[in-house]
Amino acid sequence: MNALILLVPVSLFLGLIGLLGFLWALRTRQYEDLDGAAARILFDDPPPKEKPE
Amino acid sequence: MSALGRVAPASVAFSVAACAHCGAELSPGQERFCCAGCEGAHALVCGLGLDAFYRRRDRADGTLRPEAAAPALDFAPLARSGPGGTHTLELMVSGLTCGACVWLIEQALAAEPDMLRARVSLTARRLSVTWRGGAERANAVAALLARLGFHVAPWSPACLRATEDAEGRTLVRALGIAAFGAMNVMLVSVAVWVGGDMGPQTRHAMHWLAAIIGLPTVLVAGLPFYRSAWAAIRGGRANMDLAVSLGVLATAGMSLSETLRNGPYTWFDGATMLLALLLAGRVLDRAARRKARQAAAELLALQDGMVARLAPDGALRHVPAESVAAGDRLSIAAGERLRLDGVAETDALLDTAATTGESVPRSYASGTPLPAGAVNMGASFVLIVTAAARDGSIAAMGRLLERAEQAKGRFVAIADRAARFYVPAAHGLAAATFLGWLGWMGVPWQEALIHAVCVLLITCPCALAIAVPAVQVVSVGALFRRGVLVTSPTALERLATADSVVLDKTGTLTEGRPELIADGQDAAVLRRAAGLAAASRHPLARALLRACPDAPVEWGAVEVAGQGIEAGAARLGSPEFCGAPPAADGMALAYRDGASPPVIFRFADRLREDAPAAVAALRGLGLEVELLSGDAPGAVERAARDAGITAWHARATPADKADRIAALRMQGHRPLMVGDGINDAAALAGAHVSASPAGATDLAQAAADLVLQREGLAALPAAIRIARQAQGLARQNIGFSLIYNVIAVPMAVAGLVTPLVAALVMASSSTVVVLNALRAGRQEA
Repeated sequence: MNALILLVPVSLFLGLIGLLGFLWALRTRQYEDLDGAAARILFDDPPPKEKPE
Repeated sequence: MSALGRVAPASVAFSVAACAHCGAELSPGQERFCCAGCEGAHALVCGLGLDAFYRRRDRADGTLRPEAAAPALDFAPLARSGPGGTHTLELMVSGLTCGACVWLIEQALAAEPDMLRARVSLTARRLSVTWRGGAERANAVAALLARLGFHVAPWSPACLRATEDAEGRTLVRALGIAAFGAMNVMLVSVAVWVGGDMGPQTRHAMHWLAAIIGLPTVLVAGLPFYRSAWAAIRGGRANMDLAVSLGVLATAGMSLSETLRNGPYTWFDGATMLLALLLAGRVLDRAARRKARQAAAELLALQDGMVARLAPDGALRHVPAESVAAGDRLSIAAGERLRLDGVAETDALLDTAATTGESVPRSYASGTPLPAGAVNMGASFVLIVTAAARDGSIAAMGRLLERAEQAKGRFVAIADRAARFYVPAAHGLAAATFLGWLGWMGVPWQEALIHAVCVLLITCPCALAIAVPAVQVVSVGALFRRGVLVTSPTALERLATADSVVLDKTGTLTEGRPELIADGQDAAVLRRAAGLAAASRHPLARALLRACPDAPVEWGAVEVAGQGIEAGAARLGSPEFCGAPPAADGMALAYRDGASPPVIFRFADRLREDAPAAVAALRGLGLEVELLSGDAPGAVERAARDAGITAWHARATPADKADRIAALRMQGHRPLMVGDGINDAAALAGAHVSASPAGATDLAQAAADLVLQREGLAALPAAIRIARQAQGLARQNIGFSLIYNVIAVPMAVAGLVTPLVAALVMASSSTVVVLNALRAGRQEA
């Protein structure tokens, strides 16, 4: 019984982290280009310049 | 070099005779490249140190061959200026096949000086590039992509509409929340199901835990359903979403009351799982059609263009067609499509196949009104615009289409037809259960409510709601792979029930563009003439180059406006230009090398090679085929005979075509209209279901339910077979979910269903329906 008091919140907390991660990824539009992202992971060259220095 | 670059074996494409750049098959005599453009592109890629591209790409099927002529569009006005003297350009890039293309474009652009950011979306085919400097760099960016072999077009609002899918994102978010909720509630529920020795306090705690997770999940993840149900209620209708909403909300409410009074079970697991399954079906459904919509928008964007406006001072500026007003003067280049109504300042030779269906170009005297949509087959001329885009004939046709579309909106999908009688029946049954238990059995109202809500949950059209979308997803995907884009949600159902086909001639049954008639020209002469033709954008020159694509390009060629091309002593152009008698129909080119006699190349709009087979296949499927064309009777009869069609009508105006479709529908037929021209658009929109081939005008594509992405009609019979099979599977699925209800509902009414039983039957019925749906599209092409 006592184990439940610890384990249930822990499992819920871990699940919530996953859910928040999913919502964050959705909001930052990481699901917009799934085909591109799948290929992009294999590029090891320096990524294109992002910002002017 | 990347790991991928190291482990991937040298491309298979090299072992057979294939072009080192685009991968097209080489003809004898060619060493490594199929054309000069590919050789240039290969040199460019290697020069940038990006030759890993050739090892990384998945396939090379010849789509990457650069066009001989540079893009005629001015991209500079499309660049948006940003802070700090930067400019951003958004382009639609066609020809992307895999991640390697993305890598090549991004790296090639990054190598340019002052390039700040270049990002390609492989799904949306969208390139977003930012650089420091003037807007005119936009043309250099477009030219670089064109030299690599990609086709670029301005990123149009239509592309944006197809890609930006706010509703889809809402659904995915709801799915994520529902899946999270369902899994965690299930964790708690399983403990309650198996924990027979659980004390009442522990069970109460478990119920509360389920409620804390389940209630917010039901409220948030169910929003898409509640919204749609609310809209249905206000419209005075009952739809599937109303049944889902009521079922889920009633289950959640009953579970909350069971939690408060510490009943044996709560039902939050059933409610959240139902939502997750339904949302999954919906997300898949949207994703499949979104892909088709994007591909259709891509086809249209490639046609989108700018017009060249002549300023009063004589300067030429490229502007979008929308910004042109009546009275403006436009320069219409050879081969350009007229985007606005107007009159020519000089005589003009126009191909009006798209507007009237006539396959032979005809001459218009100066001052006669010219139809928007016609293609300039002669020399460039100045057009005085008589109506702005929104007042012109194309816009008027667009408005007609909208009205026709609204009429078509009355078609009710099979799932909604089922919902119409199913929803009231299910709710009536639930109410009867409640009253029955309360009245006859004399149980407390809480218990009677539990049984009633069980009936609602069990009848919740879970399998029914997945039954049709699952089949749709699989079938639309199968059609997509065959090059048929399904853009309307009910197109498959309507295609399956079509019983007659009305075909347009020009551009549908025929190629819709001039093709060289082989009548014994010397191959060497053809090669030289085609090499010269590469310098021109004139439709006949393009046709000549198509007939001999591997011709060595004659780089020193000069275009003589309105007459032809000259390179040294060699001339290619109108017969008069080469000293030959003029052709009667304007569909001929002459080639003359020095003093030798001129060689005449004749062109005609040929029947598509697969047209007779496609017509026979359509007839084999039990459809009546007829031909409806705006062309002259002679040409229509010949095409009909060659294609094996007995019923044909010639000289049909756009109104005649629409009337013919309306007449067929009046007779109780369900016609499938296939057409490509502006003159077909009204008939396409009025037909039971409609399709347009790849090269169709944008208006026709917008009006059609299906777009045939590849050349030819061969995909059409296959599409009908797949649609019929899909319809059959959808019926089977609906039948199955009804059978499941016939078995499960009496159990629920009798009060024998526990949450465990509900979860099992719900999941198993959905699985069976999905597995059955996977059989769709398994058709020989």
